[in-house]
Amino acid sequence: MIAYLLRRTAILLGSLVLAAVVLFVLLRLLPGDPANALLGVGATPEQIEAARRELGTDAPLATQFLRWLADVATLDLGKSLVSSLPVGPEIVARLPVTVPLTLSAFVVAVLVAVPVGVLAATRADRWYGPVLNAIAQLGIAVPAFWVGLLLITVFALRLRVLPAGGFPPDGWGDFGAAAQSLVLPVVTVALVMSASLIRYVRSATLDVLGSDFLRTARALGASPAQALWRHGLRNAAVPVLAVLAMELATTFLGAVVVESVFALPGLGGLLTRGISQHDYPVVQGVMLVSTATVLVVGFLGDLAQRLADPRLRVRP
Amino acid sequence: MTLLTVDGLTVGDSLVADVSFTVTAGDRVGLIGESGSGKSLTSLAILGLLPPGLPASGSVLLDGVDMLHAPERRRTRVRGRVAAVVFQEPLTALDPLMRVGRQIAEPLQRFQRLRGPALRDAVHAALDDVRLTDTSRIARAYPHELSGGQRQRVAIAMALACRPRLLVADEPTTALDVTVQAEILDLLDRLVTERGTALLFITHDLPVAARVIRDTHVMRSGRIVESGPIGSLIAAPAHDYTRTLVDSARRFDAALERTGRD
Repeated sequence: MIAYLLRRTAILLGSLVLAAVVLFVLLRLLPGDPANALLGVGATPEQIEAARRELGTDAPLATQFLRWLADVATLDLGKSLVSSLPVGPEIVARLPVTVPLTLSAFVVAVLVAVPVGVLAATRADRWYGPVLNAIAQLGIAVPAFWVGLLLITVFALRLRVLPAGGFPPDGWGDFGAAAQSLVLPVVTVALVMSASLIRYVRSATLDVLGSDFLRTARALGASPAQALWRHGLRNAAVPVLAVLAMELATTFLGAVVVESVFALPGLGGLLTRGISQHDYPVVQGVMLVSTATVLVVGFLGDLAQRLADPRLRVRP
Repeated sequence: MTLLTVDGLTVGDSLVADVSFTVTAGDRVGLIGESGSGKSLTSLAILGLLPPGLPASGSVLLDGVDMLHAPERRRTRVRGRVAAVVFQEPLTALDPLMRVGRQIAEPLQRFQRLRGPALRDAVHAALDDVRLTDTSRIARAYPHELSGGQRQRVAIAMALACRPRLLVADEPTTALDVTVQAEILDLLDRLVTERGTALLFITHDLPVAARVIRDTHVMRSGRIVESGPIGSLIAAPAHDYTRTLVDSARRFDAALERTGRD
């Protein structure tokens, strides 16, 4: 297990560096010069040259990359080209919106999807099994922003029970208001996420229901519910765990869209602003943080799967 | 006393057709036939575990409970208590994520209400009974960490932990190699004798059946085509199909002897 942990950590670090390279190269390939964007159309060539020197964009790409990597290693993500504020603290300031949004949506989605998915599988022979499955199928086809708009129309505009968007200026200092403003975004993300999760849980449960070991348990006197509870759910959890990690990562990235629907000051807003202003350091910083999150979540998902399934712990 | 009465059992579109036989307490009965002859479906029907959506008619009375039509709750009470099963493939028949000791503990908890140290002792005794040495290591192992023969011994220990009056063994040695096969057959033979458990032994292999049972039914295409003591079936098969089974077993033996001489 320790050897595996070391190997898997090495892979994680390797992919982080690789992701950083890809990110850096891709952003430099984009058309548009930040010095131009910064100074506007009226700038003289001398002014632009001076701005480039100051930004460090006149140095060769390799030098720029190494400088950036060294900074990142000391947790310095550079300064915004537009506001001159450091990017790191700016990202940290956005996390109190994005992280609670993603995590609560994830928890709600799991709490909904696991029982519904199991029911859809075990009650496949009753009328509501297929109905649950059909609803989940529909949920996959519906885009997140549309669900968000629908919820705003019903709960904010018609019923007026929840805010349509925004986040209190005090943040979590005003806990009630902050929590209220996250309800609809959380429900939006959770609904979309649980739709696909339900299908995974259902098919994993169906696989387990047809398994020999469940039949053995039944043949030796376990009731259908006992057999499913003792042997079925844990076995069904193994493939679902891998999907869960992927889903959590996608939700984190998908929060970008939902944050803009609800006008939330999260990472998504920062990213879209950075892109429209050619603000390299901001875009790089946000992308790096999201990529790192996805990779770390994948790492944790792999570990969880390995802990759940002893067969994966066999030495190759 | 009659433990099991199968009367006119028909499954699906004649996958099993009009099969009738009985097993009385302490009896040893064989069900012999090639794959697809309906013998495994018959064993599932006996336990009321036919795949959903497969229509079955006739009747299967296990200790008086109709295993085809009784409510699920009643059938669950009969399973394990009256009849337990050992399936063909011990790798998939055991829960891959659960230590073997806990899997054996499950029927012991359910039927003998054992807890704590008494339960642990009973698990070790059960492993001991099926001639597994180093019981504490085996109890802590996962199924994939055991050999095929060890896994099948565990499956037998689980079935017998229920203390059933009838043990249904569905091709229990088919997935094992020949030397292990002989050991498992001896083990089954000894255990059912010691405990006075009735045995319904299902196999495609006539010589294997001859080692553990007295009376047998030969199945083909879902029907019982011939019944009787296994010795007289081998000596004088009445039905063409039984004759083919006997002949192919003889030819196989002869071929084995010839290769042995070379």
